[in-house]
Order: sequence, then structure tokens, then C-alpha cells
Amino acid sequence: MAGLQLDALTKRFDDTLAVDAIDLDIADQEFLVLLGPSGCGKSTVLRLIAGLEYPSSGTVSIGGRIVNDVDPAKRDVAMVFQSYALYPHKTVAQNIDVPLRSQKLPKETRSEMIAEAARALDIADLLGRKPAQLSGGQRQRVALARAIVRRPAVFLMDEPLSNLDAALRVQTRAELVDLHDRLDTTFVYVTHDQVEAMTMADRVAVIQEGKLQQVGPPSEVYDEPANTMVARFIGTPPMNLITGSPTKAPEVAPTDGREVVVGFRPEHVAITPDGWLRGKVLLVESLGHERLVHCEVPGGERVTIRVDPDDAIPHDGEPIGLAPTPGRIHWFDPSTGRRLP
Amino acid sequence: MTGRRSVYSSREVSLAFFLLLPSLVVFGLFVFYPLVRTIWLGFHESDFFGGNRVWVGPSQYIDVLTSPDTRNSLWISILYTLLTVPTGLAAGIGLAVLANKPLRGMSVFRTIFSSTVATSVAVASLMFLVLFNPSVGILSQVLSWEVFEHPGLLNDPSWALIAVSAATVWQNLGFTFIIVTAGLQSIPADLYESAQLDGLTPARQFREITLPLLSPTLLFGVVVLTIIAFQSFGQVDLLTQGGPLDRTNLLVYSIFDNAFGPSKDEGVASVQAIGLFGVMAVLSMIQFRILDRRVHYG
Repeated sequence: MAGLQLDALTKRFDDTLAVDAIDLDIADQEFLVLLGPSGCGKSTVLRLIAGLEYPSSGTVSIGGRIVNDVDPAKRDVAMVFQSYALYPHKTVAQNIDVPLRSQKLPKETRSEMIAEAARALDIADLLGRKPAQLSGGQRQRVALARAIVRRPAVFLMDEPLSNLDAALRVQTRAELVDLHDRLDTTFVYVTHDQVEAMTMADRVAVIQEGKLQQVGPPSEVYDEPANTMVARFIGTPPMNLITGSPTKAPEVAPTDGREVVVGFRPEHVAITPDGWLRGKVLLVESLGHERLVHCEVPGGERVTIRVDPDDAIPHDGEPIGLAPTPGRIHWFDPSTGRRLP
Repeated sequence: MTGRRSVYSSREVSLAFFLLLPSLVVFGLFVFYPLVRTIWLGFHESDFFGGNRVWVGPSQYIDVLTSPDTRNSLWISILYTLLTVPTGLAAGIGLAVLANKPLRGMSVFRTIFSSTVATSVAVASLMFLVLFNPSVGILSQVLSWEVFEHPGLLNDPSWALIAVSAATVWQNLGFTFIIVTAGLQSIPADLYESAQLDGLTPARQFREITLPLLSPTLLFGVVVLTIIAFQSFGQVDLLTQGGPLDRTNLLVYSIFDNAFGPSKDEGVASVQAIGLFGVMAVLSMIQFRILDRRVHYG
């Protein structure tokens, strides 16, 4: 068990800055999710923690010890790869045994530990099979078993659910949270799926373009995005962002008349004839439990509104008035994208 | 016809034959006819000029295939296979593993290591002929080992086959390097990363990941190199002409010698050729078996 500190962690590949001076404190036993779009550098951060990449500058500390020069095997971390990286020619039991054999533990101890890990992940009856004979979900469990078997201080996971089908993903999400509760280990989990981040994380660290954009509990990241990047990335559909100088808004923009980016989530806007924002309906999408109304507002920007299926639905081309919920409006600086107080 | 009716009309069948005709002609002329002719020649004895053929029957097959000469050549071919195949593969694996590291400039080494595929047996043999030459060869100049100077590796009965094998290993190195490199590159990189986190030393990674996952490639390599070894001719013809004391008289060279050499005898050569055909057929069957159930992992 150990906490984890990243201090100005930077990784450069030739001319590309993959990870840009990331500072991050991860508490002992925390479930931290690194969230960001593909290619944002989140996997590189995980690989730097694991020791599979060497930082260009900055440090990685595990349990208060700087581990930049420590061999991956000696960092007391275990990793679950997106592809699971199971040894195809070894049985499930032999796969789980690999890290234990490296620790030169006696055979009986190893057998006990393998049985225990297999029980914990409900794969005891698969121990004699080879990876090719397993389903995707079973392989994923074997990869988890191989990672937990040596009781690492930090558990790293690189998009472990991305190869599972939707139903299995929902089930495994809950199981991973349960596993985290049982193991009392620090989890660092990489994903591009915000649902995974929102449902599993103690804290979410949003990374974009190699930079840490915001770190905080899922509700905070959702309710108070630190900048327009985070606002656009979190939420489906994402937050509506309109640039302009609002004069009719019920809340006064914190910029005394200068241009500002106004943000509001699709669920935080009502369609009402006296709404201060005027729009024209472009398209109405029905998702069963809700409807999404896409409109165009003056200036050509698009706005999406989430509407209850029982409410009146406007027609395509109909002009409507929109009233974002007071207290749920976000203001951002148009030049820096930063949240205004 | 009492069975089910043909699904093809007679027009389609004749069209099919028409389209197959060019390959049938080529195969018939260059494969089937020579094969049947060789079997037929094996039942005959002829004089030096290939004339006055006399039917001697199947006894010639038994006589030739059990003769000390054929047995010697078969044994030499087996020895030569044992000398060239394992060493060639080991060298190929070694170079491929070395060149598989993601370092700058590695493509230069890859090009060099695979370059021998672009040389012919003749070029390789000539190089080694010069290299092994007792008076002007580099080996005898650099190394003061008696056998290099007198009588020279290629003239020493206990060294000649090893010297020919060395030339062969060198010539095949490009091929083995390429197939092993292809095999290595098909092993997912994350297995090695996972192994690193699991604490496997590089030696254990090689033993527990590389070798097992390379095994289908290596099996393929063994079969192909064995077939190449049994068909070798050029290096013997250029380096030793089967000598000294028949110590490098590989099967194919022996066939050539019997067919066109001083003791010219088509019948004997034909029987040996059919014998070699049998050996090759068995090897090819093994190869097809292996390729058929090409081990699938993951």
C-alpha cells in the first residue's frame, strides 16, 4: 500500500510532447481515473508510473520514494494491459504463477496464492485452460488475477474494459469497484470512457494535450469544469458553449460587458417562449427515455437541449426561446478557456 | 452414370480443360515426363554414351539403393543437414534477436544480415573458396592453425564437410534471419512489457516468451532448411567436387557424378534420383503437416 506522487512529470518523444509537466498526488488506497481522449498522453503517464517509459524530466514517487531509476519489477506495481498481455502458451495457473516465480516463493505458497487470486476473481475452474480457450471477460479476469496475486502497492490499469461488450462492461465496472474495496490498494485507471470515470473513480484527473486539465471528484469535474476543454469532454452530449456578450442573461457575466463563453449543460436549459436565448430547431433525436433537441442560435453556434419525452417537442425549423437554469450557468474566458469565478 | 449428375455441362468441362492446357503441357513436359522417364531409366543399364540400353529390372533399384556409395552419400547428406540446419537457425535467431531492438540505425544491420539472400550459391562458394585457400586465403594468413595451410580445410577429409557446411550456413543466413525476424515481430510487445513488470530477466523472457512463441517459425525453418540441405549441389561442385575421399559427396552431387562423371551411368543416377525423390516426398509431407496445423496462439 502506498500513495503516488508525480512531480512535473514530462515525457517527450522526439518532437512530440506527450506528457507536459504533470503534478499529481494520488493518495494511498485511492481509486484515481486518468481520463482523456485518445492520444492525450494518459497511457504514457501510466507507463511512466510502471517504469515502461523513462521520464524526460520530473519524478515519479511511490510510497515517498523516487522510483525514476527503479526497475519496473521492483516498483511494487502491477499492470493490467488493454490487450491483457496473457502468455498464450501458458495455462491460466502458469500465467498467474509468473510474477510469483520471479519472487522465488516456495511452491506451496505459490499454489495457495494462485488459488486465492483465482477464487477472488471467480476463475478457479479455468486454471488448467489456455488463454485461447477463454472468452474476453474470462481473459480479463485472468489478467486481473495475475496482477493482484502478488499484492502490489499500486495497481495500474490501461483501458481494461475496452475489449468487452457493453453488458459485460457494466458488470465488470461494479466488480472492479468491489475489488478495490476488498484489496485496499491504490488504483490508477486509464480510460477514455467518461462513464467509467464517473462511476468508478474517487477522483478523476482529466488530461488533454499532455496536460493535466483538472483533478477532482467526478461530481466536481462534471459540475464545475475548470476550462472549456473539460466542459466539452465530460458529459454526453457535452456542455453547450456559446461565445458572445450576453446582455439579457439573468445572471450577470463576470466580465463587465466584454466577450465571454457561456456554458450550460443540455439538462440545465428549459424551452420557454420568454427564454433570453433565441434558437431555431434543426433536429430532434429520440433516445426513448429522453429526447435531444439540436438548435442553432444567433452566431451560428449549435446548442443541444435534453427534453423529457413527456414534454412538448418542438418541430424542425421552429423558432424557440431557451432559458438556461439560473445557478447552472458557467462562464469561461474566451482567450484562455479558463473558468471565470 | 448412376451417381449424382455432374453440375458442369460438357461445354464447361471442355473450357476448363482448355484453360488448364498450358499448365498441363508445362507440368507434363518438365515434371511428369522426366519423373516417369527417370523411373524407367532406373530399370536399365547403358554404356558410357548413354546408348545400348539393356533392361536389368528392379534389381538395380535394390543394388544401387543398398550400395556403399549411395549409403555413404545419404549419410554425408544427413551429416551435412545436421551441421547446417541447427547452426544456421541458431545463428539466425541470434542475429534476429540482436537486430530486433528498437535502436537507431538498426535497419542498416537488418539489411546487412539479410543480404546473403541476394547472393547466389556460386558467389558464396567462390568467396569461401578464396577464404579457405591454403596459400592465399585470409584464414591461413590470419590464423596460424596447421590445417588452414596444409592441406587446407577443403582438402582435409575431416574438415572438408565442415568447411562446406560453413559456406552453406553463411549463404542461408539471410533467409533464416528474415523468417526469424518475421516471427519475432509477430510476438506482441506488451508480452515483454508485462514480463518486465512480472520480474522476468531478459534470459527468462527469451526462454519463456520468445522461444515458445517462435516455435512455429522454427519448425518451418527446420523443414525448409532440411529440404535445402538435401538438395545442395553448387557448393560441393565448386568447393570440393565431392572429395576428399568422398567426404563431401552429397546425394545430389553423387547423382550428378554418376550421370555425367567419368563412370557415367544413367541407370544408377536415375535410381539415386528416385531415392532422393522419396526422401524429399517424406520431408515435404512433414512440412505440409506442420503448415496445416500451424500452431495458433491467443
